[in-house]
Amino acid sequence: MRLLVVEDDEILLDGLKVGLQMCGFTVDAVTSVADADAAIEADRFDAVILDLMLPDGTGLDVLARMRRSGDRTPVLLLTAKDEVADRIAGLDSGADDYLGKPFDLDEVAARLRAIVRRGHGRATGLLEWKDVSLDPARMSASRDGMAISLSRREFVILQALMETPGVILSRSNLEEKLYGWQEEIESNTVEVHVHKLRSKLGASFIETVRGAGYRLRAAQ
Amino acid sequence: MNSIRIRLFAILIATTGAVWLFAAAWIYASTQAEVERVLDARLMEAARMVSSLITDHQIDPSAAANAATADTPPPPFKEAGGGYSRQLSCQIWSLQGSLVSRSESAPATSLASHTDGFEETEIEGERWRVYAVVNPTLGVRVLVGDSLEIRDRLIGDVIKGLLLPGIVILPVLAALIWLSVGRGLAPLTRIAEGLAGRSASELHPVDAGSVPREVRPVIRALNSLFGRVAEARDRERSFTAYAAHELKTPLAGLKTQAQVALRTDEPSVQRDALSRISTSVDRTSRMVRQLIDLAAVDASQDVTSDEEVDIAVLVGEVAWELENQLAANDVHVAMELSDQAQPPTVIRGDRILVRLVLRNLLENAIQHSPKAGEVRCRVLARTNEVCVEILDQGPGIKQEDEKRVTERFFRGSKAHGHGSGLGLSIVQMALARLGGSLTFERGARWFVAKASFPI
Repeated sequence: MRLLVVEDDEILLDGLKVGLQMCGFTVDAVTSVADADAAIEADRFDAVILDLMLPDGTGLDVLARMRRSGDRTPVLLLTAKDEVADRIAGLDSGADDYLGKPFDLDEVAARLRAIVRRGHGRATGLLEWKDVSLDPARMSASRDGMAISLSRREFVILQALMETPGVILSRSNLEEKLYGWQEEIESNTVEVHVHKLRSKLGASFIETVRGAGYRLRAAQ
Repeated sequence: MNSIRIRLFAILIATTGAVWLFAAAWIYASTQAEVERVLDARLMEAARMVSSLITDHQIDPSAAANAATADTPPPPFKEAGGGYSRQLSCQIWSLQGSLVSRSESAPATSLASHTDGFEETEIEGERWRVYAVVNPTLGVRVLVGDSLEIRDRLIGDVIKGLLLPGIVILPVLAALIWLSVGRGLAPLTRIAEGLAGRSASELHPVDAGSVPREVRPVIRALNSLFGRVAEARDRERSFTAYAAHELKTPLAGLKTQAQVALRTDEPSVQRDALSRISTSVDRTSRMVRQLIDLAAVDASQDVTSDEEVDIAVLVGEVAWELENQLAANDVHVAMELSDQAQPPTVIRGDRILVRLVLRNLLENAIQHSPKAGEVRCRVLARTNEVCVEILDQGPGIKQEDEKRVTERFFRGSKAHGHGSGLGLSIVQMALARLGGSLTFERGARWFVAKASFPI
C-alpha cells in the first residue's frame, strides 16, 4: 500500500516513514501544505496521513481540497490537538479517522489498514481468494491453512491484487505501490515477483492480461 | 474608627444632637423676645388703662390699682399649679411722692423712681420690670410692674417642655439610628457574603446594577480586577494547553523512533533512530527550557531588579555558554566591539532578562547558520542605548513573517522544524520589560537581528 505522510516535524516524519515501511507500507513524505497538494495532484495513494498544524497552513485545507476535487483517498488525521471539538471538525471535513499525538506505530498501521479496507468495502482485515488468505496486519499469507513465506514486495503485489479481485492492475500501478519517490525502480521487478508468487501459489492464481497487466484469475 | 456602622452612628447622633440643641437655643431666644414684647405691651396697656380710668373719675384712684391687676386677661402660659397668678403689681403715686394706692400684690415701697416708660428695678431682692405713666390731670404717676423672675420661669418652662421629651426620646432615637444604619449597610454584607462564597475560579463580575450606587465604584474596580485576573488566567491556561500540544509532536517523534529502534533488525536503521531520538531530546529540552524562560519573563512583570549589566561582557558569557552548540553546528562566532565602545556598554536592568534576549538571539543565529558559517556580534554604545547586532548567514526572516515571528509558537511559513517557535517571543517579551526594542535588517550577506537596550 502506498501512503503519503504530511508532517512538518522531521523526526516524527522520519519515524513514521521508517516505521510504516517496516509494517509493509510504501511511504512518501512531505512537510508542507503546498507539497502535499502537489503530491496528491500528481500521484495516487492508498491512504494519506495528514498532520493538522503545518507551517504554511492547516491539514484540514488539504483535506477539503481533496474532497472538493472528488478524491476519495482515505485520510488519517494526526494532531496534537485532540479535543473532541477538533476531532469532530476533522471527521466532518472528510477525514476517515483521527489519531492524537503521541501515538503507537502499530495503531497507526492498524488504523491505516482499517480505513483502506473500508474504502474497498470490506469488513474484515483478512483478504481471501480461493484457497489463499492474506493477513495484512501480520504481513502473513497462507494457502490451504499452510503458511507461505512472502517477501515484502511479493506481499505488496499480492495484497494489491487481492484487494481488487478481478480488476486489472498495470505494471506501473503495481510499481507505484512498490516504490516511493526516492527509490530507484528496477526494471522487471514486477515480473520477477509475479513469477515468484506463481511458484508459491500455483501458476493459475495470477493471470497476465496481455498488454494490460495482471489480475486474479476468476474461479472456474 | 474602622466600622462604618459605628462611624455613621456617631455622626448621626452628634449631628442630630447638635441640630436639636441649636433649635432649642433658637426657640429660647425667640420665645424670650416674644414673651418680653407681649408682657411689656401688657404692662403698658394696664398702666394706661389705670391712668385713663382715674382720669375719667370712673374709679377712685385709691381703688384703681387693683383694677389694673384684676382686669388683666388670664396669664398666657398658665400651668396647673404653675403659679403665674398675681403677676402684675400696680402703684399710684402722687407727683409729690406719696403713695395714693397700690394693688394687693404690689410691695409697699416704690416700684420705680422714673416718671415715664420702662425700667428694671430691684425691690427686696426681686427684680421687676416697671412701666410708668404720668397722669398730669390728677397729678399722679401710675406704675405697673411684673416680676422678671416670673418671666424667666415662663421661658424656662417652654424650653424645659421642649428639651425633656428630647432627652427621653434620645435613647430611642439612638437605637433606631443604630438599627437603620445596620439595615442601610445590608447590601454591603450581601456583596461580601456573595464574594466569600465564591470558589477561586469564579471570576465573573459582580452585577453592578444590583448594588447600591455608593458601592458601585468599589464594585466596578473589583470587576475590573476580576477581569484582569481572569485574563491572566486564560492566557496562562491557553499557554499551558498550547505548550502541552507543542510538546506532543516531539513526544510522538520520540515514541515512533523508539518503536522503530526496538523492532528493526538492521543495525544501521537502529543507529539512525537512536541518533534521532538523541537530537529530539536535545530539541525538546531546549523547548522546555524556553517554556520555563517564558514563564519567568511573564512572572518578571511584578519584580524588576535594577542592577548594572555590562552588555559586552554578557554577550561574551552567553557565546561561551553556547560553545557546545557552536561546535555541533560548526559555526564560528566573532565578537566585534566597535571603536565607539569606549563609552561603557553598561545598562541598568534585570540581568536575567538581558541574558535571555542575548541567548535566544544567538541561539537562533547559530541554528540558522549554514555549516561552517559565521555569526557576528556587535555591541554599540550610543548616547541613550546599547545596541546589540547579531549577524548570521542564514536564510533570515521573510518580510511577510516579520510581524508574526514574535508570536508564541510561530515558526515561519518555511520552517525547518528545529525551533520551538518560542525564542523570539521570549526576546520580544524580555525586551518589552526592559524598555528596549527588536528590529531586523536584511543585507546582501547577512541577516541582522538588532536588540536595543535603553541605558
